[in-house]
Amino acid sequence: METVNIKINGISVEAPKGSTILEAAKLAHIDIPTLCFLKEINEIGACRICVVEVKGARSLVASCVYPVNEGMEVWTNTPKVLEARKNTLELILSDHDRKCLSCVRSGKCELQKLCNDLNVDNELKYEGERNLFEVDDSAAHMYRDNNKCILCRRCSAVCEHTQAVGVIGANERGFSTNISCAFDMPLGDTSCVSCGQCIAVCPTGALSEKDSTEEVFAALADPDKYVIVQTAPAVRAALGEAFGLPIGTNVQGKMVSALRHLGFDKVFDTDFAADLTIMEEATEFLDRVKNNGVLPLITSCSPGWIKYCEHYYPDMIDNLSSCKSPQQMFGAITKTYYAEKMGLDPKKIVMVSVMPCTAKKFEIGRPDQSAAGLPDVDISITTRELARMIERVGLNFQSLPDEDFDDPLGRSTGAAVIFGATGGVMEAALRTAVETLTGKELPDPDFSEVRGTQGIKEATYHVAGMDINVAVASGLANARELLDQVKSGEKNYHFIEIMGCPGGCVNGGGQPIQPAHVRNFTDIKTARAKALYDLDASMPLRKSHENPAIKELYKEYLGEPGSHKAHEYLHTSYVKRTVNQL
Amino acid sequence: MDSQKNKVPFAGTKEQEAALLKVINEHKNDKGALMPILQQAQEIYGYLPIEVQTIISNELNVPLEKIYGIVTFYAQFSLNPKGKYKISVCLGTACYVKGAGDLFNKLQELLGISDGECTPDGKFSIESCRCIGACGLAPVLTVNEDVYGKITVDDLEGILAKYQ
Repeated sequence: METVNIKINGISVEAPKGSTILEAAKLAHIDIPTLCFLKEINEIGACRICVVEVKGARSLVASCVYPVNEGMEVWTNTPKVLEARKNTLELILSDHDRKCLSCVRSGKCELQKLCNDLNVDNELKYEGERNLFEVDDSAAHMYRDNNKCILCRRCSAVCEHTQAVGVIGANERGFSTNISCAFDMPLGDTSCVSCGQCIAVCPTGALSEKDSTEEVFAALADPDKYVIVQTAPAVRAALGEAFGLPIGTNVQGKMVSALRHLGFDKVFDTDFAADLTIMEEATEFLDRVKNNGVLPLITSCSPGWIKYCEHYYPDMIDNLSSCKSPQQMFGAITKTYYAEKMGLDPKKIVMVSVMPCTAKKFEIGRPDQSAAGLPDVDISITTRELARMIERVGLNFQSLPDEDFDDPLGRSTGAAVIFGATGGVMEAALRTAVETLTGKELPDPDFSEVRGTQGIKEATYHVAGMDINVAVASGLANARELLDQVKSGEKNYHFIEIMGCPGGCVNGGGQPIQPAHVRNFTDIKTARAKALYDLDASMPLRKSHENPAIKELYKEYLGEPGSHKAHEYLHTSYVKRTVNQL
Repeated sequence: MDSQKNKVPFAGTKEQEAALLKVINEHKNDKGALMPILQQAQEIYGYLPIEVQTIISNELNVPLEKIYGIVTFYAQFSLNPKGKYKISVCLGTACYVKGAGDLFNKLQELLGISDGECTPDGKFSIESCRCIGACGLAPVLTVNEDVYGKITVDDLEGILAKYQ
């Protein structure tokens, strides 16, 4: 690797050629503060928080985008630099809603941290005209409060470039500049897919999920309700971060314990329904292959992806698997099979899901998601909201004992837990489909070709005399690239897995927020996914069709995978939507 | 924000749409195609309402929001048509110190529209402008080619009545 020699604060540093001052400083153990900068997503050098002095430069330069040169001399902490950063923050605060105490991001706000770090001792230094915005609460999953927006554009960059959606952006100019939708449309009226990636990158409390924690507490306090919780695979790989545990710590046992402490009547695992999804989806896949059905079959677990497909590829909704997502299958089975088995009135059951996802809040309100004539899932909360509930009741999360899920809907296999990582659904489906096709046990259940965080992965498997071409995409810009290749005939697949968020659910829009200074230098997706793959490897059963609780469910209730009853309860339909309303 | 919404019914013709599609096709593969397309679209329609921006968005496969962001950034683009009678109020220094700001506010109140907008019947539009070189007559406003100088807030209703 070609390197250049520079001096930072008088210390010699050898940095890779082409790296920025920010990256070189990191090598010298200096964290230059940033605000608008998000690596590979928003590299616009606009906010001026990361300014440094460079010898010979006319003015302070933005270190996040300024490349290093041989012999360069940089100072990151001179009085001039510190004063400039502080002044920038004071100016941001002059038009910022400073209700910090009650703000959803209080204590975890990047702006607040910078103000602390840089000794902003008077938040009222520049008092003058203020913009006053109405909060946009039109979407099912989130709020936008522009009074807390600092115009960093991280949200609009992730929406347009990472997700190929682009429904939010900077409108107007100067003091009137604001992040909003075209023609000030409410977000809920646009082709927003509810992925929540904008929330995950927002440095302040301007963007936040719709908090349903009070609704859950009310259900838990109601003696007439039987409150059942299910937790998605990816939640256990990230919840610990909200309590200071390292990224990638599996906290399944503590999470179950915390949920019992909170008072849920049953603590179940969405992984059970992930196994169920595989039974239905693998059957659907084999059926389409044998009977010349519509191919490629595309997975339907990710509600952000589903809404994207409906808006942007309405001509491909027949390619979507008709399987409900695991969240919805779980609710459907709880309010039918489980309620009957236990003699519970489904009307008294409150099905709560804990998801790494904000689009799940949209999904629970979709039509054709009510197996028992009631909504399959009543309340969907994010990993962040669960963390808030745990904090609110004063549980010492780190010291909780490890506990197991309840039976029988807490039983699952290794195939289910990897649903939380990109490629996991594909791998789980292959484990079952290949064994079904060959009638032989797989010598090794790992399909490592579809693992990893690349945006698009593909593989071909030779099974029972035929070649099965598969592809996996995560992040909607990658999905768009892949689908355009399929539509043009350039690529030919039998089976495609698509997840709305880059890296899959582990990096979902409902996961604990990691600030930019962590995101820019840590591979969060890989670390969280590793927790799931390690869990898979450690489990005695690693194929969905081996799950005894699933076998029992089919035997006692559903019959065969793909049966009439299974279709009635576990499958759904989609609607064609448009991108622009006119 | 409400003032940004187009209140005049869209009356684009088939000919205008054909002309726009021709412009889009000419520029479609150019880098930075959006600016020339928007400029010519405004020449064709006189303004850039949601109907026109949507055609451009669909044809170029560019998010509507991105187009709207550009249109609201540059002062040269308008979201609203010009009225049959285009009223310009000079807010240049001389007019401003002579009370043009009050005139401008009163006009907005009388017509029920804001700077850059057009009344729903398409009759009047108002906009502020900078010095028109008639400082001796300050404060000055123009209605199409007619110039009104040394006027007060009380004169406005009479001026508007001439065009009713």
